[in-house]
Amino acid sequence: MINTFVGNLGHLMTIVAFVSALVTAYAYFQYFRANEIEKASWRRFSRISFYIHTVSTVMIAFSLFEIIYNHRYEYFYAYSHSSKALPVHYMISSFWEGQEGAFILWAFWNVILGVILIHTNKFWEAPVMIVFALVQAFLISMIMGVVIGDLKIGSSPFMLLRDATQAPIFELNPDFVPEDGTGLNPLLQNIWMVIHPPTLFLGYASTLIPFAFLIGGLVTKRYSEWIRPALPWAIFSAMILGMGIIMGAYWAYVTLNFGGYWNWDPVENAVYVPWLILVASIHTMITFKKSATALKTSIVLVIMSFILVLYATFLVRSGVLGDASVHSFTDLGLSGQLLIYMLFFLVIAVFLAARAWKHIPTSEKEADVYSREFWIFLGAVTLGLMAFQVILPTSIPAWNALVESFGGISNMAPPADQVEFYTKFQLWFAVAIALLTSVGQFFWWQKIDKKALKEALVTPYIVSVLISAAIIVLAKVYDWKYIIIVLAGTFTIVANAVILAKILKKSTFKLAGGSLAHIGLGMILIGIMFSSGYSDVISINMSGLTYSNSWEDEMNKEHVLLWINKPTQMKDYTVIYRGRQKKVVGVPEYVPAKILESTGNVNEAIALEDFKDHFKKGDVVKIVLEENDYFKIDYLQNETLKFSLSPMSQFNEGMGGLISSPDSKIYLNRDLYTYVAAMNDYEDPEWKEDENYEVSPGEQFHIADFVTYFDGAEVLKEIEGYQLQEGDVAVKAKLRVLDYDTEKLLEPTFIIRNNQVGKLPVIDTELGLKVSLENILPEQNKFVFKVNQYQKDYVVMKAIVKPYINVLWIGTIIMLIGFSVAIFRRFDEFQKMRDKGLE
Amino acid sequence: MKKGHIIGLGIIAIAIVIIMTSIGDASSYESFNTAWEMKEDGEDKAIHVVGQLKKDATGQVSGIEVREDKTSFTFLLVDNDGTEQKVFYNEPVPADFQRSEQVVVIGSYRDKEIFVADKILMKCPSKYQETDVQAAGM
Repeated sequence: MINTFVGNLGHLMTIVAFVSALVTAYAYFQYFRANEIEKASWRRFSRISFYIHTVSTVMIAFSLFEIIYNHRYEYFYAYSHSSKALPVHYMISSFWEGQEGAFILWAFWNVILGVILIHTNKFWEAPVMIVFALVQAFLISMIMGVVIGDLKIGSSPFMLLRDATQAPIFELNPDFVPEDGTGLNPLLQNIWMVIHPPTLFLGYASTLIPFAFLIGGLVTKRYSEWIRPALPWAIFSAMILGMGIIMGAYWAYVTLNFGGYWNWDPVENAVYVPWLILVASIHTMITFKKSATALKTSIVLVIMSFILVLYATFLVRSGVLGDASVHSFTDLGLSGQLLIYMLFFLVIAVFLAARAWKHIPTSEKEADVYSREFWIFLGAVTLGLMAFQVILPTSIPAWNALVESFGGISNMAPPADQVEFYTKFQLWFAVAIALLTSVGQFFWWQKIDKKALKEALVTPYIVSVLISAAIIVLAKVYDWKYIIIVLAGTFTIVANAVILAKILKKSTFKLAGGSLAHIGLGMILIGIMFSSGYSDVISINMSGLTYSNSWEDEMNKEHVLLWINKPTQMKDYTVIYRGRQKKVVGVPEYVPAKILESTGNVNEAIALEDFKDHFKKGDVVKIVLEENDYFKIDYLQNETLKFSLSPMSQFNEGMGGLISSPDSKIYLNRDLYTYVAAMNDYEDPEWKEDENYEVSPGEQFHIADFVTYFDGAEVLKEIEGYQLQEGDVAVKAKLRVLDYDTEKLLEPTFIIRNNQVGKLPVIDTELGLKVSLENILPEQNKFVFKVNQYQKDYVVMKAIVKPYINVLWIGTIIMLIGFSVAIFRRFDEFQKMRDKGLE
Repeated sequence: MKKGHIIGLGIIAIAIVIIMTSIGDASSYESFNTAWEMKEDGEDKAIHVVGQLKKDATGQVSGIEVREDKTSFTFLLVDNDGTEQKVFYNEPVPADFQRSEQVVVIGSYRDKEIFVADKILMKCPSKYQETDVQAAGM
């Protein structure tokens, strides 16, 4: 039965949320303009209106989740993003897999932030909430799904499947509900994908807050006072957005198989650029608080960070990136709406800033070279240039679309080798930033002249040169570029550590945010240099075999083909592929797939053998996502097993083929990263022609390349899953097949009933063999076996060593801690001022 | 000259360098014919070609040849002008390769017979256009 109630509720709530957002904006506008007598009532009305909006937004999210949670596949969203086999935490990922869900998530964070702002601000409530309500109106409009004539506003996630597709089945039966959904993209079936999108969208949502305070400041002519309440939120936003980026990078590292954590893909660039600008704006805002300079720069940067978030959303979600990104984006026809959204706020912000421009206080005096303002400003400029260098080529597809919309032809494409292209600039900018932070921090804490600066810097300089020398020698860093990075990174760490020590001695931990964040930056730089610069593909074909004897052999083959059980040499290791495994509920280790047989129910199997203490033969076990195969790869050194890795692959028809996730061996100083690039498909084997063997018991013979022993036969009294009758004769032959160091027992069976012959062949998918006992020749004491071959199981694998990648991860954690410390400090300042009634 | 001016000039200079290299390093979308002309003119820069996999009369993808060690393969790509070209890719066959409705190859000609792709982008049929809702389990 089709349940239309939830969908209708969700759709109704969308409309309520949209209308209430507009009402809230209007009400706050009236509150803002009202005289003292009317103010209280307008405020009450505005707040009620915003609370209605909040409740309806939460209800939208609830309705959509209800549809997914209760497997209501009559809805298009649930059908295309979820399936019955998904555990609850992945249903949460299904929620935001689609763009509509992502917009709901964004709107959800906005209302949460809005409620917090209402309760933490006095003076700023009205102007800030007007901006909030308008943003909400735009966001909710993205999921409205209202069609007026040819104009489609938004794409509703509450559409029924029968309305979304033209499948013929609905003509026969309009109430048809599919049994199961098409499932969640397996790449998103990862714990990081449960927490990464909400973090990123909280980051996106929170960039609105400094922007809203700025607009409030421009409208109320408090051109500089907006900085105090905006600053803690700007730092919050940068921290959350940074955390979201890192989670995304980590997710890419552990689940995607492009071999790294960062690929300069447009999607990545689209969050990186606003983050850079946000960080720049924090620095200029802090400068302003200290010395009343850089206000105009701060205003420009805050506007830019908000607009860039919208621009990023436009790039990513409008489909304009089409041919330029490895991510496939769906054009939901929202590009126009997204463009209007962005331009609306851009025009308003530019208009308000331009109108106020000449009233904005500036400091007349030129910044001195020995002042912190000078160094901070240089840092902000560098960050701005970094952002510019990334956003420019990323926008090439948008540029093409623009030219073409005016009838021109533009065939520009993004740089062919993105990693090389971006790295050659970003690397040196990052080095400059690292050096600026170490020098700049000294100005931060004391007024300093040329001589004092030299004295302050000389010790950290010597210490960092010594440490760098040690790193360079021990880790064998011989490339001059990398040597410079090591120097810059170490200098940043040492100089900021000195500052940190001073702060901790003299005052409180509360002030340590900056130096901590900068220490993190230094570590990130060094970690990136090692893990990317010295990443080493070890899965190079070392067999000496050439396959085609042409120019192709000269190309670097970065993958190896591993036949099951066959040892293959790979740099320092011998690797052996040992077959597929499954994850079973309640069993802490992987279980060989060959001892499990599907029962036909989703994620359920019968055990064909005992498995340690975990289950017995004949037990029914639950499999965690049955489509997932974990390929056991043994790594040996000196003929002893060092460790095994189990990279995952999923053969997913619905999503189109193979989806792989790597597995890594993590050492303190490096990761060994392994993933499966191709695998054998033995679902529907094409058996080669019959081969017949006549063998006597005890005899040794060859099946294909396998040495095989025929150990004899026995007469069976009973056969599993088969009812033997009086007079039946059942014989089981015992074959031992040797494959390298493994031995397999194949036992084909032969049954005679009333002169009729029945054969129960055995199929071994790992060896790619089908063996049946065809006949027994008693007079010759021979058994006839029929063998069909397919091919042995194999994987094509890539393995990369990434040195010192942990330095990168630890660096990011330290940086995030630094941000957190700074948030508390700045929010504390704001609260004190507010409670004094000054704000 | 004031420091502000020097910094300003520095910013402008770096910005110009960035713009110039972005234009200089930008690749372009070509057809196989124009790509071959570029190769003959001695231009070895990697370019983008957009096309579709060659399909036989029954709609099956044809012309994919996987090398014996399964770590590389060649396939036939028909660009938007209808030119058919054999393309070599030094990676295992990507997962949803056969299903892709559009393929972008980034690379350059080795000789007239073979185009070597350094990278492949695939556009797969979007789930949103999926019309064949399976009737199984009805």
